Amino acid sequence: MTGSISGKAAIAGIGATEFSKESGRSEMCLAAECVLAALEDAGIDPAEVDGIATYTMDNNAEIEVFRNIGGKELKFFSRTHYGGGAACAPVMHAAMAVSAGVANVVICYRAMNERSAYRFGRGVQKGIPDMTAAVSLSWYIPYGLVTPASWAAMTATRYMAEYGAVSEDFGRVSVAARKFASTNPNAWFYEKPITLEDHQNSRLIVEPLHLLDCCMESDGAVAVVVTEAERARDLKQKPVVIRGAAQGSCDDQQMMTSFYRENIAWLSEAALVGNQLYEQAGITPDDINTAIIYDHFTPYVLQQLEAYGFCKEGEAKDFIKDGHIEMGGSLPINTHGGQLGEAYIHGMNGIAEGARQVRGTSANQVEHVEHVLVTAGTGVPTSGLILGTL
Amino acid sequence: MNVIQAKEKRPPRPRPIINDDTDFFWNGLKAGKLLIQKCTGCQVLRHPSSPMCPECHSLDWGTIEATGKGVIYSFVIMHHPELPPFDYPNPIGLIELEEGVRIVGGLTGIKPEEIKIGIPVQAEITKFDDDLTLAMFRPVSNKGGN
Ligand SMILES: [Zn+2]
Repeated sequence: MTGSISGKAAIAGIGATEFSKESGRSEMCLAAECVLAALEDAGIDPAEVDGIATYTMDNNAEIEVFRNIGGKELKFFSRTHYGGGAACAPVMHAAMAVSAGVANVVICYRAMNERSAYRFGRGVQKGIPDMTAAVSLSWYIPYGLVTPASWAAMTATRYMAEYGAVSEDFGRVSVAARKFASTNPNAWFYEKPITLEDHQNSRLIVEPLHLLDCCMESDGAVAVVVTEAERARDLKQKPVVIRGAAQGSCDDQQMMTSFYRENIAWLSEAALVGNQLYEQAGITPDDINTAIIYDHFTPYVLQQLEAYGFCKEGEAKDFIKDGHIEMGGSLPINTHGGQLGEAYIHGMNGIAEGARQVRGTSANQVEHVEHVLVTAGTGVPTSGLILGTL
Repeated sequence: MNVIQAKEKRPPRPRPIINDDTDFFWNGLKAGKLLIQKCTGCQVLRHPSSPMCPECHSLDWGTIEATGKGVIYSFVIMHHPELPPFDYPNPIGLIELEEGVRIVGGLTGIKPEEIKIGIPVQAEITKFDDDLTLAMFRPVSNKGGN
C-alpha cells in the first residue's frame, strides 16, 4: 500500500557551508549561503522560492532568509517544534505543501554557530525557552542533571541493563562513523579515524557515556530544496524522490526525559515513524540499502536500529558487532561520518547525505541504492524520511 | 521525614521553576515530605505531576506521602561539564519508589563504582539553602558512606 504523500515530491537541490568550530560570520549569513547553494545545485532561480520550512532551535527567521535570497512571494512557511527530533519534518512539510499545491519550491534549512556562539552541549545553564520545558526540566536541574548527554545517559544505563549491552557496543558506532568521516573530505574528522581503544580511553562525560559517544558541536549550515517530483525530473540533478515522510510522538513523551514509561529502553516514537514510512513507501526494512541514523549519542543508534526494524529488540549490539553497519554490510549507516564524524547540523547534513546516496555522489557511495532511510533526533518527538530513486 | 542540612557551602544550586501543578511537591520537600500526586477520580498515582489525569481525565487530585523507600531503576554519574554548585563525580538516580512511580534524585552515601540498578535506597530530604530542599537517596544497606 502506498500513502498519498509518497512519490509526489523530490529533493532537487542540496547545499552546505563548510563545517567548522568557528565560522567567523553570522548564522544568517550561513543560512543565506547554504540556501543559495542548494538552489544553484537544483538550477532553480531564488525568485521562484515560495515556501520555507525549518525547525526550532534555529535562530534565523524565515522572512529574513527570504529577504536575503531576494525572495518575492512567500506562500508557505512552517517551523516544527522539538529541535533535532524534527530534522526530517521540514522535508515532510515541504512535500505536503508541494503535493497540496500551496507552494512550488520549498527550501528547508538549519544554520547555526552552535560551537562558537553557544556550546550547545552544555545544556540548561542560562534560560529555558518556554514554561512547559522550564517546569519539566525542574525535576532534574536542581540535581545537576542538566545536559542532553546526561538525559541520554539515563536511558542508556537502563538499556545496557535490559539487554546486556556494554560501552564497547556503543563505541563500535563511533568507530564506524569516524571511519566513514575519514574518507569524506567535507567531514570535520576527515582523515582522523579512531579505534575502539581510543573510544574506551576518551574521558567520561556522564557515565556510561564517554566523550566519543557524543556528537560534536559544529558551526555550519545545510539546506535542501523540495519541489514536485515531476518538475525535479527536468532539473539539473538526478531527482531524490520522497517515498515516505513522517513524524511521531507517543504516550508519556517528554523532552529527553521520558523516564516514566514501562520500558524506557524502547523508542516507541521511532517505531511509530518507521511503521508509517514503510507503509507509505510500500517496502520493508530489508529494502533499505543504506541509512542515516541520527547519532547525537551512540546508544540512541542502537535503539533506533531496533525500533526501525533492522534487528530485534536488544540485538543491535550483535547487529553492529557483525559489521552490518559498515561498508559492505547489509546496512551501511552514516556514510558521511554522521554527527560524530562529519558535523552536527541537527540532522540536515544527514538528509543531504541521504540525497547524495540516491544520486550516487557520496564520498562513500553504497552500490545500487534504491531506498535510503533518514532518521532524526530521538529521546524527543521524532521524524523520518525514505528517499528513493525516481 | 527529618530534613537534613547539607554540609558543604557551595554556590546555590539551580532553582526549580514552579507552577500551580508542581508547587505542592516543592513545598512538601520543605516540610520534610516526599509527596506524590494521586488522582481523586481513579486513585492512580502520577509523577511528574500534571493538572489532568491521563487515565480518567479528572482535574481533581490530592497527594500521598511516599515512604521514600525505593530501588535504583537507572542512574548516571556526571563528570563534565563541572558546574560550581555540584561535587564531581555527581551520581544521580532514577528511583522506582515502592508506591510504584519513578522519580529523579541525587544519590548519596555510595561510591560511584558501587552504584547498581536494583540497589534499595531511602530518600533523605536535604535542605541546601533557605529556598531549596531536595530529595537525595541513600542505599539502605550502607549507613556510613562519604
Ligand atoms: Zn484518574
